[in-house]
Amino acid sequence: MTIPLTWYLILSAALFAIGLFGVLARRNAIAILIGVELMLNAVNVNILAFWRYIRPDDPSGQVFAIIVLTVAAAEAAVGLALFISIYRTRRSINVDHLDALKG
Amino acid sequence: MSESIFNLAWLIPLPTLLAFFIIFFTRENKRLSSTVALIGVFVGWLLSWVVAISAFRTPERSLVEPFDLSIPYLPTGASFFTMGVLVDGLTAIMLFMVGIVLAMIFIYSTGYMTFPGFMEELLGKGSLPPFVQAQVEEAKAQNLDPKYSRFFAFISLFATGMLGLVVADNLLMLFIFWEIMGLCSYLLIGFWYNKTYPDPKQITPPKAGLKAFITTRVGDVLLLIGLVYLWLYTGQLNFRELFQPEVLEHLAESVMTLPVIGAVSAAVVISILIFWGSIGKSAQFPLHVWLPDAMEGPTPVSALIHAATMVSAGVYLIARMWPVFNAYEHGANGAAMFVTFIGAFTALFAATIAVAQNDIKRVLAYSTISQLGYMFAALGIGAWVAAIFHLIMHAFFKALLFLGSGSVIHGVEHGHHHAHAHNHDGDDHHKEEEYFDPQDMMNMGGLLRRMPATGWTFIIGGAALSGFPLITAGFWSKDLILAEAWYTGHTLVFWTLAAAALLTAFYTFRQIFLTFFGQPRSEAAAHAPESVKSMTAPLMVLAVFAIAAGWSGIETTWPIVGNVVGNPLGHFMGELAETYGLHYKELPFNPMPVGISVIAALGGIFLAWLVYGRKPLQAGDVDPLRRWLGPVHTVLRNKYYFDELYYFIAVRPVLWLARFAARFDRGVIDAIVNAVGSFGRWLARSLRRFVDEYIIDAAVNGTGLVAHATGSVLRLVQNGQIQQYLLIMLLAVLVLMAAVEFIF
Repeated sequence: MTIPLTWYLILSAALFAIGLFGVLARRNAIAILIGVELMLNAVNVNILAFWRYIRPDDPSGQVFAIIVLTVAAAEAAVGLALFISIYRTRRSINVDHLDALKG
Repeated sequence: MSESIFNLAWLIPLPTLLAFFIIFFTRENKRLSSTVALIGVFVGWLLSWVVAISAFRTPERSLVEPFDLSIPYLPTGASFFTMGVLVDGLTAIMLFMVGIVLAMIFIYSTGYMTFPGFMEELLGKGSLPPFVQAQVEEAKAQNLDPKYSRFFAFISLFATGMLGLVVADNLLMLFIFWEIMGLCSYLLIGFWYNKTYPDPKQITPPKAGLKAFITTRVGDVLLLIGLVYLWLYTGQLNFRELFQPEVLEHLAESVMTLPVIGAVSAAVVISILIFWGSIGKSAQFPLHVWLPDAMEGPTPVSALIHAATMVSAGVYLIARMWPVFNAYEHGANGAAMFVTFIGAFTALFAATIAVAQNDIKRVLAYSTISQLGYMFAALGIGAWVAAIFHLIMHAFFKALLFLGSGSVIHGVEHGHHHAHAHNHDGDDHHKEEEYFDPQDMMNMGGLLRRMPATGWTFIIGGAALSGFPLITAGFWSKDLILAEAWYTGHTLVFWTLAAAALLTAFYTFRQIFLTFFGQPRSEAAAHAPESVKSMTAPLMVLAVFAIAAGWSGIETTWPIVGNVVGNPLGHFMGELAETYGLHYKELPFNPMPVGISVIAALGGIFLAWLVYGRKPLQAGDVDPLRRWLGPVHTVLRNKYYFDELYYFIAVRPVLWLARFAARFDRGVIDAIVNAVGSFGRWLARSLRRFVDEYIIDAAVNGTGLVAHATGSVLRLVQNGQIQQYLLIMLLAVLVLMAAVEFIF
């Protein structure tokens, strides 16, 4: 008796939706970053589930998951550095105020 | 051995060309420039003589199978124009003469080109621009001509032209060097371009240069047409290829149809066209008018270009091209007759004019024309060897005479300045002095005592020109021409030339008596100093040649003197003539032509003595010829009014045409051009108003407006809020997914 694949997919979709909501709705840049991390991890869950259930002999699923983790770590590092820098110049990390690129 | 020496031939024109270019950089230093030119000409002389002598020593090579080195340089489609050098007997003999005459004249020029008298006056007037004034004053301090360096550059370039012409192995290259000489002639005749005369009718140097250039141009254009025809009929301009028997035969058999005359052999037409080039360059009737006026140039130029070398290039061209003249019916054709006629006529015609001239250089100029006529007449009757012989001898003694006359002029000019300075010491009111012509023989007299070296060498040259029997070079060459004319039965030519010889002796000794004997007829002549060594030394060298060179051509058939030297020149040239398809043999000695030639020479000298020597003219005397000949003398003094005639038939119509053309330009062409311009402006204005503003501008502005409007709508989306962008993206993805799901 194993857990069916659909459960993992539902978990993954839920995580992704939570992350998306965080990204779209939060004003704090760090919260947005956390949302992004959640979405990435949702993807990871998805990838690993498919790997385990459909192509367990092929290591590329695991490799993908590792790459996603690495990218997520790098992204967090760069993103946080950017936020610190933005904070230093503008004294705020509220994304509503960060609209210098408007057309 | 000689092969490798002949390989030097292509170097011959280069040293002087190099000197010409080097002087661009050394012109600030006048003495250095003349040294460069001298080095150039000496190297050229050395090379010429080395090549010439090795050609003399190997007649089997230089005559039968001449050295010819050529490289193609210009593709013409079917074939190549080549440039190259040819060393045969004729080249060698010309190189021998040209080399030494060039060198002598260069040396002479270093002494001659002192500060000229007329510049003194220009300096006095203070009309020169300041920077020129400074240069002229500097030149005066050195007592050198202000354009001393330029002079040497020009004569170096000229030397290149002459040497190149002599070694050229094809007609095109010959023509190129021919034109280089024409250019130098123009530049050097007008060398003292700011010289003016009180008499407005007297020709000035720049005008004389222009006259020479335009007159010779008439001949040169016809020559060029001749070359084009030659190229057309044979496809060849190289001498040796051209003189192949089959090429000549083809040329003689080709027929050209001319208007009026009808069918004529191409060889004859081409020959006559080529001869017109010589008529221009060698100042033969009817294009003789430029040479006397060319005497406006500095005297070394007159000697170099207008006596010894350039004008004899015309004779050289005809001698070189003689196989073509000879191609049709062995020379018994219209072209050869034309050459004979022009030559003989010019010989007598110019001699008569020379009798009535008072300018020391103009007398020599007319005698040059006359002597060149001699050479052409000799060529025309087939006396090819005699013509070349006379060409070489004439170059020596005519260069000598011209340089001598330059020395005289120089002396008289100095004497004039000396006398002037002496008489007007402390008398500043006499600024307005009378114009003094240092070239007028009526202002001379008694100069032999003042300038012995110049005087004696001039007398030697004069004797050679008159054909003084047995001693001088001129006698042998002139006698050979007369003997040939007699022997070949050209009686009319013979008597014409004999009459010219009589006149030649007469005017030459008239000149000598007027210049060197009697009492000085002006203060200037009384104070004339002898010229410097650099001027008299070349005179002496040339005097030796004016006597001794002729001995090389004494025919062995002469009694007593015949076998002393053994006629090396005659034999050498005779063999060369054979290779040119002419038959040469020494003439049997005949006392008739020799006697007439001697009588003509001595008779002329005797007449001159009767008129001018026995009772020398005093200052203010009228030339006795003027009394005796009356109106004839006036006609002669005015050169048969040829200048006036040409002014009427050529210069005036051309000027009229030019003025008409100018008016036509202004009235019609300018009007059309202006109308086109106005129309263009009107069109442009209309286009701007109607098309540009309403169509083009509207289109451009409309494009901008549309873009702007679109942008102002779309920019609302771009509000910089990252989360809105993401939201839009999310919605877009959802829409796309829905589309994929439900539509596809």
